[in-house]
Amino acid sequence: MRETSIFDIISPIMAGPSSSHTAGAVRLGLLTRNIYSDVAQKVTFKLYNSYASTGLGHGTDRGLLAGFLGFSVDDMRIKEIFNLEEAKGLDYSFEFLEDFNRHPNAVDIVIEGQSSLTVSGKSIGAGEVVIDKVNGFGINLTGKYNSLLIVYEDIPHMISKITSKIDTNIAELICDRYAKGEKASMCISLDGELTGDVIQRIKNMPRVYMTRYVKKLES
Amino acid sequence: MLHITTFEDLKKICREKDKTIWEISQLRETEVSDRLPSKVREQVKKSIDAMKEAIRTGVKSEEKAISGMCGDDCVRLIRSFEKRPALFGKLYEKIVTYALATSEENLRMGKIVACPTAGSCGIVPSVLVAVSEELELTEPEEINALITAGEVGRIISNKLQPAGAVGGCQAECGLASAMAAAVLTQLRGGTVEQILNSVALALKNLLGLTCDPVCGLVEIPCVKRNPFLAIHAVTASEMALGGVVSKIPPDEVVDAMEQTGKLMSPLLKESSQAGLATTKTAEKLRKKLFPRVLNGE
Repeated sequence: MRETSIFDIISPIMAGPSSSHTAGAVRLGLLTRNIYSDVAQKVTFKLYNSYASTGLGHGTDRGLLAGFLGFSVDDMRIKEIFNLEEAKGLDYSFEFLEDFNRHPNAVDIVIEGQSSLTVSGKSIGAGEVVIDKVNGFGINLTGKYNSLLIVYEDIPHMISKITSKIDTNIAELICDRYAKGEKASMCISLDGELTGDVIQRIKNMPRVYMTRYVKKLES
Repeated sequence: MLHITTFEDLKKICREKDKTIWEISQLRETEVSDRLPSKVREQVKKSIDAMKEAIRTGVKSEEKAISGMCGDDCVRLIRSFEKRPALFGKLYEKIVTYALATSEENLRMGKIVACPTAGSCGIVPSVLVAVSEELELTEPEEINALITAGEVGRIISNKLQPAGAVGGCQAECGLASAMAAAVLTQLRGGTVEQILNSVALALKNLLGLTCDPVCGLVEIPCVKRNPFLAIHAVTASEMALGGVVSKIPPDEVVDAMEQTGKLMSPLLKESSQAGLATTKTAEKLRKKLFPRVLNGE
């Protein structure tokens, strides 16, 4: 599934200096924030390859942190993020690594707080990003669709039970699991929106361990 | 739903429906995003407004980047043109200074439009805005031109991600130059064939362009490359409008570009581990700017 848009190319309107290393970083941070949707105490950003070797000069570190704190790509305060009040309450750190098996612009974001979460993503060009792993589960989250992330028990009929509660068209459904009968994941991209009621009904289902509704990115 | 993944698809649909590239692209965009044409055009206008704002701010600013390496060349050039006008005239002066102005705004972490990327953000706006001013074109014409640029970039990016780390600078500034060529060819009344020819001609001449930024920053050589490749687009457009045909069709040029990007060493793809980035002067600049990182602390 990838219906591309001209706005992948003639936007975003953003704070410079790099679409993949600054705007992409902000979007990866924002998506991670929305997946976590909890109070974080400690965050470690692990930057790989080109993200590691050129990230400081491109403001990739500032972008990731700014996104994680809820700033959007065209916010002119990204440059000053380390000095802002918003950043003071969070224990954050950066690691710069090399791994040629990973995408040139890859990042792992490890969050500790009320719950722990590890998110892996990559910045694929022109500010476009993909979150491809959450806690080891393979997903495909681009911020272009409202999406549901669900972790559940890998037993028959779970997929149909969950999707039957969704009252809008499903654009994409990706499932993954640790092993048969153990924990499994679903990443559902939606054409429309979900009400809080629908989300709550899925959350209340037996054998559903985690439900996160990640809204599409506005910019 | 209009499925357009190649330039051949685009040409065929334009011919079948007797429409221009921007008309087809706008129609496709409304279908993909489920929005009214007016909403799509409104979003394109937002990008154009931001481009103009970056130019207006950029032509006046001499503020340097955090690195202190770049940021004052646009004003320097404008002052020089006042005393010693450019040989190629006012339009040339505008294109070159608008491209510099936008790129310099970018390195200040100012507000720009990634088109397709931030490192290449000066190329399309400089040609679009300068030509529109000089030929006294209307806002709808500007919007139509940027839609076409977006369509050209979108089709290329189906095969090659517009990121220096993936395809080298050919995938960023190269792509932007091809988009700018399409803009200019359309603004001057070129046909679908001529627009696509200008794209192929521009791309062909930039195959293999590496991404070797000094100190890993979008500054050297990126900033000055923007005015160069804006003017490069003009040459491609003039040839295409004059009936010069690219012997290799645009889709095949894109294939060649994709292959070239894959074969290019990772050292030359935005990792700053070769090329200009490892010259003696670049090393000196790096030691000065990032002593901590260099010592592995």
